[in-house]
Amino acid sequence: MTRYFTEDHEWIEVDGDSVTVGITHYAQSQLGDIVFAEVPAAGATLKKGGDAAVVESVKAASDVYAPVSGTVIEGNDALEGDPALVNSDPEGEGWFFKLTLSDSNELDSLMNAVAYQAFVDGL
Amino acid sequence: MRQPASVAATLERTDMSEEDEFDLEPIEILELPLDAWHRDKGARMVEFAGYQMPIQYEGIMAEHIWTRDNAGLFDVSHMGQLMLTGDGVAEALEAMVPGDISALKEGKMRYSLLLAEDGGVLDDMMITAVPMGLYVVVNGAVKWDDMGYLRENLPDEITINNMEDRALLALQGPKAAEALKRVVPGVDALYFMEAGSFFWGPKTDPEPLWISRSGYTGEDGFEISVPAAHAPRLADQLCAQPEVRPIGLGARDSLRLEAGLPLYGHDMNPDVDPVEGNVAFAISKRRRAEGGFAGAERILNALAKGPARKLVGLSVDGKMPVREGAPIFAGEAQVGIITSGGFAPSLGAPIAMGYVDAAHNAAGTALEAEVRGKRVSVTVANLPFVPHHYHRKGAKA
Repeated sequence: MTRYFTEDHEWIEVDGDSVTVGITHYAQSQLGDIVFAEVPAAGATLKKGGDAAVVESVKAASDVYAPVSGTVIEGNDALEGDPALVNSDPEGEGWFFKLTLSDSNELDSLMNAVAYQAFVDGL
Repeated sequence: MRQPASVAATLERTDMSEEDEFDLEPIEILELPLDAWHRDKGARMVEFAGYQMPIQYEGIMAEHIWTRDNAGLFDVSHMGQLMLTGDGVAEALEAMVPGDISALKEGKMRYSLLLAEDGGVLDDMMITAVPMGLYVVVNGAVKWDDMGYLRENLPDEITINNMEDRALLALQGPKAAEALKRVVPGVDALYFMEAGSFFWGPKTDPEPLWISRSGYTGEDGFEISVPAAHAPRLADQLCAQPEVRPIGLGARDSLRLEAGLPLYGHDMNPDVDPVEGNVAFAISKRRRAEGGFAGAERILNALAKGPARKLVGLSVDGKMPVREGAPIFAGEAQVGIITSGGFAPSLGAPIAMGYVDAAHNAAGTALEAEVRGKRVSVTVANLPFVPHHYHRKGAKA
């Protein structure tokens, strides 16, 4: 499995043509206490760059965009009851949604872990 | 309504306000006396009211709860500390504020409002009678406008001194008094809305501090005016007390929202009068009878007939926060708008305040707010959401 990252602080774990999407440890640390997350329903069609989910800290609401296009397999229902999972385990149990890739070429423009770390260090 | 920004855009925001993305950039973002002190304590700094301010240290939720249970130290040095002096200063100021300022005894303070000609609220403020005249604390974001308006409308013999060489600290929470009296002996003699001068430091070289028992969190607490040069030393001494931790603007906002206290520029603005703004308590009895303040006709009329709309509290069903700008509906008809909203750490639920039309603003009225195209059930609630714990004179301990 390969993990990619975006400049919008999302991680994308690729397993064949299915991918899992969440926000990075850096993103959660900067957003602060997460109090609400809204994830897409199974079957929803997402287009790369379009609205996919919402994450809300005490202070503000933020959109999570679809990093790649595809059809949602499932949203992480655990976030409804325990949105703080995004803080405690952002790159694991705090995932947002899984989808089936519609165009694997879209992965080419994403960063690997080293490139993302360099991107964060430059902020 | 403002749509959520992307995660990256949210992280890049350096200002505190959700509203001002189209505002002109201030010429220069200024530093306050405790700037280095905050950074040293690990604060995340943001731009607020033209200054670099700490939005959080360890996290908004933890800081909020700490303040409700212990004592939190807030830097509010961005606020304007004005000294108004001159013969007849109280009577002169009463032309622009609806409180009974001439009756204010030395060492007593009251919450008041700066009123425009048409009765709109230009700012809210704390006015204290002091030996020299009146000590007035105004909001940082509008302090320059306030000073201009006051200068224009006060007689020439009244002097306005903007005390920029002083910092302002707030120590808030149920353990604020026991912590502060160790650093500044005698300060616990003050009751809520009283103020006085207290000596701090070595007996050989004491520094006078101006301290009031007041604040904006709903908790007991104090506000301390200190010469800027001494502010870091005082902040260090306060944070050395086991009850005290530094608290950022983020928790200040969630604390005041739970306490049902309006935030100027969000819950009040020049379009609303004090009755609509649910701060009619600031209009003193004598002033109601006599009038004689800016906008008196509109305001007294609203008092007599009831306002067409009013700022109310709203409890929110579910877990999704309802934020500033969200429209409020009764069925198909829009009957209001949210002006402050967020997550209440002490309640573990979202809460909000907003303006709602008279026919729909009684406590208990079921309404809906719209968030990202979806309707959320909200209910008009009595304020405050979390009870106040002020140290009032005559109240049971």
